[in-house]
Amino acid sequence: MSTHTEESHSHHGGPKIYTANLFALLFLTVITVAAASFNFGSANVVIALAIASVKATLVALFFMHLVWDKPVNSIIAIAGFLFLGIFMMFDFLDVSSRVKLLPNNMPNMENATPAPDSMNPLKTAPPRPLEPAPAKAEEHK
Amino acid sequence: MSTTTPDVHSHDGHGDHEHNPYHQHHFATMEQQFDTSKLGMWLFIVTEILLFGGLFVGFGLMQHQYPREFIEAHEHLKQMISGHPFPLYGAVNTIVLLVSSWTMVMGVNAAQTNQQKKTVRFLVLTILLACVFLVIKYVEYSHKFADHLLPGMFYGHQAEDLIKGTHGYATFFAFYFMMTGLHGIHVVVGIVLLSWLAIRAKRGDFTSEYYTPVDLVGLYWHVVDMIWIYLFPLYYLIS
Repeated sequence: MSTHTEESHSHHGGPKIYTANLFALLFLTVITVAAASFNFGSANVVIALAIASVKATLVALFFMHLVWDKPVNSIIAIAGFLFLGIFMMFDFLDVSSRVKLLPNNMPNMENATPAPDSMNPLKTAPPRPLEPAPAKAEEHK
Repeated sequence: MSTTTPDVHSHDGHGDHEHNPYHQHHFATMEQQFDTSKLGMWLFIVTEILLFGGLFVGFGLMQHQYPREFIEAHEHLKQMISGHPFPLYGAVNTIVLLVSSWTMVMGVNAAQTNQQKKTVRFLVLTILLACVFLVIKYVEYSHKFADHLLPGMFYGHQAEDLIKGTHGYATFFAFYFMMTGLHGIHVVVGIVLLSWLAIRAKRGDFTSEYYTPVDLVGLYWHVVDMIWIYLFPLYYLIS
């Protein structure tokens, strides 16, 4: 199998490497499942994402041939993940620095009186229009 | 027009060297043609990463907002295995997709090395594994439907969840169905593409000189696998 002549495209991967990669991926899957059964607190998500990223990297490098490819394809792939990272970072910065997540005119669901229909957007009344605030302010004066 | 050998020989100025029938005249060499196609495929893959990335960010933000509800809701994705909750469907589907990625890359390798029968065999194996994935997904979805674990306003699992007055459970299942559903659509598209490849491979279209479609669909299939690699721990294993 490996004695085939290299044609115009250089492909250095081979069944052996692919099979080894598959077993590495299956092994990492077992590790993820095992790690999830322990309670590491908030580190659980980090561990799960780290293992998933290692697996994704293995897939990209060997199954998707990035190790043997022209670097331009790797640059595009890395750029994609880089911008996804920027997107995530700014979103989480935004959320973690906010005090209130819900819009002002949205009823606070946590303190609402038991009302099953409130789950159903079709049955809940539309939010009341804002009061004409400037007019009110003048009344007080 | 499904001619196996497009006539590009009519163009002059190619010299008298052996001319691959799939060589398009605006590319200098077959290698340049292959690299160009591959570059385009990688650009498409980046759009896929960003598409699912947006959904993952949304999922992360909502989990941040409803941490307790998300953990409770994800227990519904687990099954009782000898008295312990275990994400059986999710775990089996992970293995199925990983193995299908291997059969896919073996198919690409067979096409690269002129092994026509082997190419067809590995492509058909990949299609079968993709079907197994969808069948398991179907069984999983039917359980959710039966329990009224439905997205958004259709969620109606337990009356007490509704009385608690939180959107958390419904939000979890909205994201669950949106993301696994979109991933499932990608699997269906993959099956269609792989079937097309299998037919062409059987016809003998692919050689070590020209196997671009096998390679590119292979890349697509690995992206589908890669997305599941992230979906599995985030949905089935959160704690």
